[in-house]
Amino acid sequence: MKILTPIKRVVDPYAKVRPTADGRGIDLSGQKFDINPFDEIALEEAVRIKERDPDTVIIAVSIGPSEGEEQLRKALAMGADRAILVERAEDLDSRAVTAELIAVIADERPDLVLMGKQSTDADRAQVGPMLAARLGWPQATYAAKLTVEAGALVVARETDDGEETLRIPLPAVVTCDLRLNEPRYIALPGIIRARSKPLDRRAPVGAQVAETIVGIAFAPGRTAGKRVTSADELLDALRSVGVLS
Amino acid sequence: MSRLTVLAFEPGEVMVGAEFASAWMAQTGGLADLLLLTGSAPAHGGFAQVREAGLTEVPVADGLAEALAPHLTESTMVASVSSMRAKDVLARLAGVMDVPMVTDVMTVEGPRRFVRPMVAGAVLATVEIAPLPGPLVVTFRPAGFRGESTVPNGPTTPISLEVSSRTQRVSVSERRGGRPDLTQARVVVSGGRPLRDADTFERVVGGLADALGGAAGATRAAVDSGIAANELQVGQTGKIVAPDLYIAAGVSGSTQHMAGIKDSRVIVAINTDADAPIFEVADFGWVTDLFDALPQLQAKLNEGRS
Repeated sequence: MKILTPIKRVVDPYAKVRPTADGRGIDLSGQKFDINPFDEIALEEAVRIKERDPDTVIIAVSIGPSEGEEQLRKALAMGADRAILVERAEDLDSRAVTAELIAVIADERPDLVLMGKQSTDADRAQVGPMLAARLGWPQATYAAKLTVEAGALVVARETDDGEETLRIPLPAVVTCDLRLNEPRYIALPGIIRARSKPLDRRAPVGAQVAETIVGIAFAPGRTAGKRVTSADELLDALRSVGVLS
Repeated sequence: MSRLTVLAFEPGEVMVGAEFASAWMAQTGGLADLLLLTGSAPAHGGFAQVREAGLTEVPVADGLAEALAPHLTESTMVASVSSMRAKDVLARLAGVMDVPMVTDVMTVEGPRRFVRPMVAGAVLATVEIAPLPGPLVVTFRPAGFRGESTVPNGPTTPISLEVSSRTQRVSVSERRGGRPDLTQARVVVSGGRPLRDADTFERVVGGLADALGGAAGATRAAVDSGIAANELQVGQTGKIVAPDLYIAAGVSGSTQHMAGIKDSRVIVAINTDADAPIFEVADFGWVTDLFDALPQLQAKLNEGRS
């Protein structure tokens, strides 16, 4: 099986971010970057599939700035066989990312695209289903468990109410949720092996971006209110602010 | 004239959709209609037209999005209240129609300009979408769009959706019993790891939630230790909630939990640790043992009702 794992370079999801001085973007100076955590879960799942079936080939692809090479090297160290960087320096929307991925998929012809449910910076959760639709492939989003069968996948996916299990024929797009697995730490041999694995650059198709960020502001903060000391005091306070009748 | 189609998966989403529609109409002067997949629409909502698909259950996204697209070609915008299901289906719909999408809209600032959260809600982005052929697809956060409509709807017509999919739904977990949806509830009572086990969680947190007519939620730690079900997880990696009243019991207030609750109108923190970070965002803080506090609150609320 051939698996394509899209990898997004994102600002460290545990770092505090702030708007730029002109309020047009997020200030990325001095920030660290990493693989989008949900993409890392997807890559881990691909590596586990390969451990069970050594004929599996994993191709990591990143659409974004040239610094994404750093995250692709990490993907190779985790277990991807090769990597492709499609360089787009500007902010992209989901349609543009989807169009770039489609061009890669047309050449690589993977059986499965395994990716995060969303990125932790843009938080859109769009590319997986958009890509599946453009390819005319079935999709399973929010995957919590994945089993490979002959020509198909059985995916337990998280839903608003709990969980459901889908059986989808390949080729397909699967987006991964938090509970699918815990990505491994990268061991030194992996890092050394990664240096000799191929990382190719591919020219972008230059798909147009329709979304412009015209402003970025801090979300309004909250401050500590008052302390109460009894159930009656709390219930009275809640009635006085109108959240309890 | 511009036309918004509110796509509702079930009748419970119609009123919040009506609120979103009225905010959008105020910005554009356009008309709004409703396409409801299951059940029947309420009589009010101010929709110029109602289309009911009359499905008994919502089909999988692969097939549903393709079946919906031909019914939405006349719309300027298609919008659903944000949920995992809506994101699954609408992002596929945007792909089928090859149109842009905006997720988790909080404010409508213009026909193609919206405010939405980024980086787990740390910042709010104002985004503008260039005009392109076909509708703009949107999901919106219910928090900004609350209320009751008294404007009657226009005529209702049945439509037939021909859904065919290669995906087979093998099984579906049981729907939670009786409590409102976490993301749309007006009251949420959440518990953390101090709740010990599933029975205690259900009795103490579930009991107070029921006394308030609200939903039960949980921290990631509580979910990971098997105290609460996955779908109850509130936070950056779970559900984003914005009720009128959020009661956090035995919740320390991790950054990732706070990212999921900070749009709540009133936050109450109940915790034995007076230094827990949750108190820094709580409108009302009560430093006490939740095993004393929650049953007391529950008893007083039930007493007041009988």
